[in-house]
Amino acid sequence: MDEARTGESGQLIDVVYGPGAVEGWDAAEKLGEPGGYPFTRGVYPSMYRGRPWTMRQYAGFGTAVESNARYKQLIANGTTGLSVAFDLPTQMGYDSDAVLAHGEVGKVGVAIDSIDDMRVLFGGIPLDRVSTSMTINAPAAVLLLLYQLVAEEQGVPAGRLTGTVQNDVLKEYIARGTYIFPPKPSLRLTADIFAYCGAEIPKWNTISISGYHMAEAGASPAQEIAFTLADGIEYVRTALAAGMDVDDFAPRLSFFFVARTTLLEEVAKFRAARRIWARVMREEFGAKNPKSLMLRFHTQTAGVQLTAQQPEVNLVRVAVQGLAAVLGGTQSLHTNSFDEAIALPTDRSARLALRSQQVLAYETDVTATVDPFAGSYAVEAMTDVVEEEITALIARVEELGGAVAAIERGFQKAEIEDSAYRIARETDSGERVVVGVNRFRLETEEPYEPLRVDPAIEAQQIERLAKLRAWRCGERVGDALTAVRRAAGGSGNVLYPMKEALAAGATVGEVCGTLREVWGTYVPGDTY
Amino acid sequence: MSVSVPRIPLPLPLRVVVAKPGLDGHDRGAKVVARALRDAGVEVIYTGLHQSPRQIADVAVQEDADGIGLSVLSGAHMTLFAALLEELRRRRAEDITVFGGGIIPDADIRPLLDLGVAAVFTPGTPTRDIVGWVSTRLRTGGRPAAGQETL
Repeated sequence: MDEARTGESGQLIDVVYGPGAVEGWDAAEKLGEPGGYPFTRGVYPSMYRGRPWTMRQYAGFGTAVESNARYKQLIANGTTGLSVAFDLPTQMGYDSDAVLAHGEVGKVGVAIDSIDDMRVLFGGIPLDRVSTSMTINAPAAVLLLLYQLVAEEQGVPAGRLTGTVQNDVLKEYIARGTYIFPPKPSLRLTADIFAYCGAEIPKWNTISISGYHMAEAGASPAQEIAFTLADGIEYVRTALAAGMDVDDFAPRLSFFFVARTTLLEEVAKFRAARRIWARVMREEFGAKNPKSLMLRFHTQTAGVQLTAQQPEVNLVRVAVQGLAAVLGGTQSLHTNSFDEAIALPTDRSARLALRSQQVLAYETDVTATVDPFAGSYAVEAMTDVVEEEITALIARVEELGGAVAAIERGFQKAEIEDSAYRIARETDSGERVVVGVNRFRLETEEPYEPLRVDPAIEAQQIERLAKLRAWRCGERVGDALTAVRRAAGGSGNVLYPMKEALAAGATVGEVCGTLREVWGTYVPGDTY
Repeated sequence: MSVSVPRIPLPLPLRVVVAKPGLDGHDRGAKVVARALRDAGVEVIYTGLHQSPRQIADVAVQEDADGIGLSVLSGAHMTLFAALLEELRRRRAEDITVFGGGIIPDADIRPLLDLGVAAVFTPGTPTRDIVGWVSTRLRTGGRPAAGQETL
């Protein structure tokens, strides 16, 4: 008999699962029908038979010109939704000419300083015919408004816009690091975005409550789901406290998870997540609209599992990870490029990543029937076990006073760092095999030429900022920023004055700088 | 009558600053390395995110560090390492060993070493190799060995 095997969440995995796993089990109660409470089997009745997942490849680098070209290429290659990656200065609310932006402009995503850049980013892309997800958090309102303004210039009314802003600041404090303001004003801004979209951009997904980044930081599947759903609970409470009705905003909440190569546990994880969220929304928040109970989510294949050694092997990893997401019922999927651990994708590696999804969608039969693992002894047992683990962790966060209180104590971060350290030790010892890294290595790696971002980009952006300051009316911008400052200090929805400012040519840095003046910046407590 | 107490030369622990320069917020690698170094007996000062090279140099000097480990995943490594080395030069603190890791293309490693970075650890490097390097390299290149210090 071989030694014990544990899953990623620490649970034991049986050598063989049998009928005992589903004994005394009411399928109607545990699973429900696909598209019906508790949505274990999926959020829609026919899932991919009725509606394929969106193939949404995250992309962006350099200036808006390069990114616009890459988006058009992806659309030509068959992507069905856009996903914008912004550079770090933009994500942190700084302009390309800020001191802190030096060396960072255009490196991890596209540099957007103003409406001029946004217009170029979507030039020739009709915004009533694409759905766009923007990975932007602390400055999400700014980029959302710029998108709306560009759509207006194209003649597209806001009511026709579809897409998402990630807008999940709680996970930034926990795992991703692009926070600006402290929690309280950040949550106020989040609630303002919910309300603004409800009134002005009703088809927009206002938030993508994320666990992907926590998983990349080291979280186990149970931690990933638990801390994400706990964040979700905090956002729901925030919106309710701001006076919104749960069924008004909950249908537009969405989620974002990882897909690892440990396929069985991942499928179990997704099923458990849906079941738990449906129960929370119905029992704790009394939501009545079925759409309020649905955990709709985007998935990205796990970047952290990809290696710089023998990078072509990553194509295989991504295929398995993508399969896990599809078997788990994702609504939208990004598959990483094989050179992910080395640099941003080249045209070729980006195309291959997309092709991975197309093979899954068109050449396999996993889309032919809904939730094919339902009733599987192993997967149902795993779903139940991970559900227990997740529920217990959510309870711990609640005991600490909820997600924000727990964040301020560093709870989630400490738990995740413990997992990360354990994984590092297991990898060092070889207990955790990483093909090409600690086993099946090559004596000499083949050289790989990565994508390079042209360093001239920074100078180009700075020039564009000079052009912007030339055409805009400084006084109008100044007045608009004063209105933003006033709104931020009061209780009105800040997005309305922000839109005015951005239309007048205020930059991302100027708007965020104004908010920083009023709200301050977040100082974490994990230094030592 | 005076009692002479033999001086026991206790080895002083290494002091290493682990830092996240620039705007990148991904700290898993930095935190794992910091913890592994601590477990190995190194005194680690972790600066937190969003530090400027100037801030990092200040901390390293104030803390009398033997080494600084930078973690950069954002592609801004050439700018950030160079800036840190310059800040240390300006403070005449070039004896502080600078090393680091993150997402750094192979082709950039030689230029970084030529700038004065002592070692670059890229994805796939076992944590124990980093700890081993720090404890060997900083011991010989850093502060005087135990027993040679004056009170």
